[in-house]
Amino acid sequence: MFTTQRRGALRLFGLAAGLAAATALSLGLPAGARAETIKIGYAVSKTGPNAAGAGMTTIPNYVLWVKDVNAAGGIRLPDGRQLPLEVIEYDDRSASEEAVRAIERLATQDKVDFILPPWGTGFNLAIAPLMARFGYPQLAVTAVTDKAPEFAKRWNKSFWFLGGGSDYAEALSNLLAEARNAGKINDKVAMISVADGFGIDLVKAARPALENHGFDLVYDKSYPLGTSDFATIVNEAQASGADTFVAFSYPPGTFGVTKQAQVAGFNPKVFYAGVGGAFPVYKNMNGENVAGVMSLGGIDVSSPAIADYFKRHEAAVGQPPDSWASSVTYASLQVLQQAIERKGLDRDAVAAEIASGEFDTILGKIRMEDNQLRTLWWAGQWQDGAFVGIAPGGRTGARSPIVPKPAWK
Amino acid sequence: MLFPTVLQGLVLGGTYALVALGLTLQYGIARIMNLAYGEFIIAASFVAFVLFSALGLSPLLGMAVVVPAGFVLSYLTYAVMMRPLVARSAQGGGGRGRLEIDSILATFGLLFVIQGVMLVIFGGNFTGYTYLNVPVEIFGATVAANRLVALVLAVMLGGGLYLLMTHSRWGTALRAVAHRPEYAPLVGIDVNRTARLAFALGGALAASGGVVISMYQTFTATSGVAFTMKALIVVIMGGVGNLLGALCAGLFLGLAETFVAAYIDPGLTLAATYVLFLAVLLWRPSGLFGKAAG
Repeated sequence: MFTTQRRGALRLFGLAAGLAAATALSLGLPAGARAETIKIGYAVSKTGPNAAGAGMTTIPNYVLWVKDVNAAGGIRLPDGRQLPLEVIEYDDRSASEEAVRAIERLATQDKVDFILPPWGTGFNLAIAPLMARFGYPQLAVTAVTDKAPEFAKRWNKSFWFLGGGSDYAEALSNLLAEARNAGKINDKVAMISVADGFGIDLVKAARPALENHGFDLVYDKSYPLGTSDFATIVNEAQASGADTFVAFSYPPGTFGVTKQAQVAGFNPKVFYAGVGGAFPVYKNMNGENVAGVMSLGGIDVSSPAIADYFKRHEAAVGQPPDSWASSVTYASLQVLQQAIERKGLDRDAVAAEIASGEFDTILGKIRMEDNQLRTLWWAGQWQDGAFVGIAPGGRTGARSPIVPKPAWK
Repeated sequence: MLFPTVLQGLVLGGTYALVALGLTLQYGIARIMNLAYGEFIIAASFVAFVLFSALGLSPLLGMAVVVPAGFVLSYLTYAVMMRPLVARSAQGGGGRGRLEIDSILATFGLLFVIQGVMLVIFGGNFTGYTYLNVPVEIFGATVAANRLVALVLAVMLGGGLYLLMTHSRWGTALRAVAHRPEYAPLVGIDVNRTARLAFALGGALAASGGVVISMYQTFTATSGVAFTMKALIVVIMGGVGNLLGALCAGLFLGLAETFVAAYIDPGLTLAATYVLFLAVLLWRPSGLFGKAAG
C-alpha cells in the first residue's frame, strides 16, 4: 500500500512536471513566433549627477510617449496588427560603462525591438558603436556636437537632433551683431564658461564667431565645474563695460550667476545663460525677473501642438517640460513611431525611413538632412512668461528679440 | 577693490565653515567619519524648500523645525546604526582605526539610502527658490543677504560652540572624549552618551547648513557628495574635532578662492583649494589648529 501510494505520488509528480514543461513551451513558442507587444528598451541616468538632466528632459518624455501610445491602443503596424509598447528600463547610474552594458543587455538578452537613447552627449557617443553593431537606429537627441555630420556617416543608423555648438554660437553672434548694428548694444562682450564638455565646446565656437562679427571679448574666463559662488566673476564682468553677458554654463552655474547678477545689480543689455535657462525651475526661481533673459533653444508659443504638448506633459508627469530639448525629444519619438507604422519592426527599414521620410510632429512637419535635424531654435528669450524662439529669425513662430533686457526688479 | 574681495571671500568662507562645523564634531568627538553628511545637508535643504514653497514659511523660521529634526534624526542614526559598530570596535580591539573603517563603510551605505529616498520623494530635478536674494551694502561693498546670513550663522555657531566647549563642564566632557575616549570613563564620563550627543549636535549643524544653503544655491537629490568633500577638506585643514579650526579654515578657504578668482583666474579656484590643502597636510598634518584643541 505504501509502495502504490508512493508510485502514485511519483506519477503525480511526473504529470505535474510534464504539465509545467508543456505550459512553458506553450508560453514560449508563440511569444517567439508572433510578438504581442513592441519591446522598447532604454538605459538612462535615474541616479547620480546626470539624473537632474535626464529627469528634466529625457525620462518624462519617454514616460509621456509610452502613455500616449498605449492609451491609443498601441502602434499599428503595416500588417494591420496594433501592438502596445512594453518598456524595459535600466538605470545607468550616470556611468557611461553602465550605459554600454545596459545597451548590450537590451540587445542580446532582452532582445528589444528598439532602443531609446540615454541623456547627454557623452553617453550618446559612448553607446553609438554598440548600437551600430547590433543594428539599432539611434535617435540621439540630447547630444550637442559639431561632429554630427561625421558621426552620421560613421554610424549610418544614428540620427542627431540637437545641432552643434557652432550652430548656437553662430546664431547668438548674428543676433548680437544685429542689435549692435541697430545701435542697441556696444561691441563689448563679457563671456564665462564652465570648464567641462558643453562649456568648452560652446566657447571654442563662440570666440571666433563673435570676433568675426566684430565683437571685442573684454572678459573671457572659464570656471571649474561645481563653482557655486559667482560674486567675483559678476563683479569683473560688470566692471568690463560690456553690454552683453554670455554664460556657457551648466544648470547650477546658470542659476547661481543669475542670482548673483541680481544681487550685484548687474544689468547688461543682453543676458545670455547656458543650460538650465529654458528650464521651468528657472522661471519659478526668478519670477518676473526672467523677462528678457536669453538662452539656447526655444519654442513656438503660437503652435497649438506645442501648447497641447505642454498640457499633456504636465498632466502625465506633474511638471512642465523644458523649452529646449524636451519638445525635440518628444518629436524624435513621434518620428520613430511613424517610421514603425510605415515599415513595421524591421530595424533596417525603419532606419531608412527615418533618414528619408517626412514626419508630422509637435514641431510641425520635419525631415532629416543627412541624418540630422536642422530645423531647430538656436536661441530663445523669456518673453511674457514663455521661453520663445528668436533665432533663426525667419522661422515660423519666431519672435523678435527684446534688447535691452528689462532691468532686474 | 581689496575690501569687496575680502568681504566676498569671508561670505563664501562662511558657507564652507558652516558646512564643516557639524562634520568636525561628528568626526572629532564621536569618531564617526560620516560620508552621508552631505545627504543630511541636502535633506534639510529639501525640507526648507517644501516649508517655503508649500507653507510659505521663511527658511529662517523653518530652522526652528529643521534643526531639531536634524538633531533627533542623527541621534537615532547613532543609537541604531553606529552604536553596534562602536561596541564592536571596543570589544574586538582595533579601537579607533577599526571604528573609522566600519563607520566609513556603514555611512557610505547610508548615503545611498538617504539619496534614494530623496530621489523617490523629490525626483532628480534641480530644486531651488529665492529668499533674501537682496544686496546688502557694507562699506561700499555689495554682498547677497542670504550669503551674509550663512557667514553670521557660521561665526555665531562656531564661536558659541567653541566657548561652550572651552568654558563649560559639558564641553570639557566632550573634549575629554575627543582626546582620550579610553580614559574618559575613569572620571565618570559616559563616553557613549557623550559621543551620541556630539553626533546629534553635528546633525543639527548639518541641518542648519542645509537650510541656509537652500536659500542661495540650487540643489538636487544627488548633490550631497560635493558638500561632504568640501566639509572634509575644511575639517582636516582646521584640525579634526576643532570647531575654531573649522571656522578659520573655512573662512581661509573662501578668501583664497575669491582672491584667486579676482586676481589670477577663476579657472584656478579649485586648484588653489587643493594646493592649500596639500600644503597644510605637508606642513601641519594635524591641521592648522591641531587636533581637537578646542
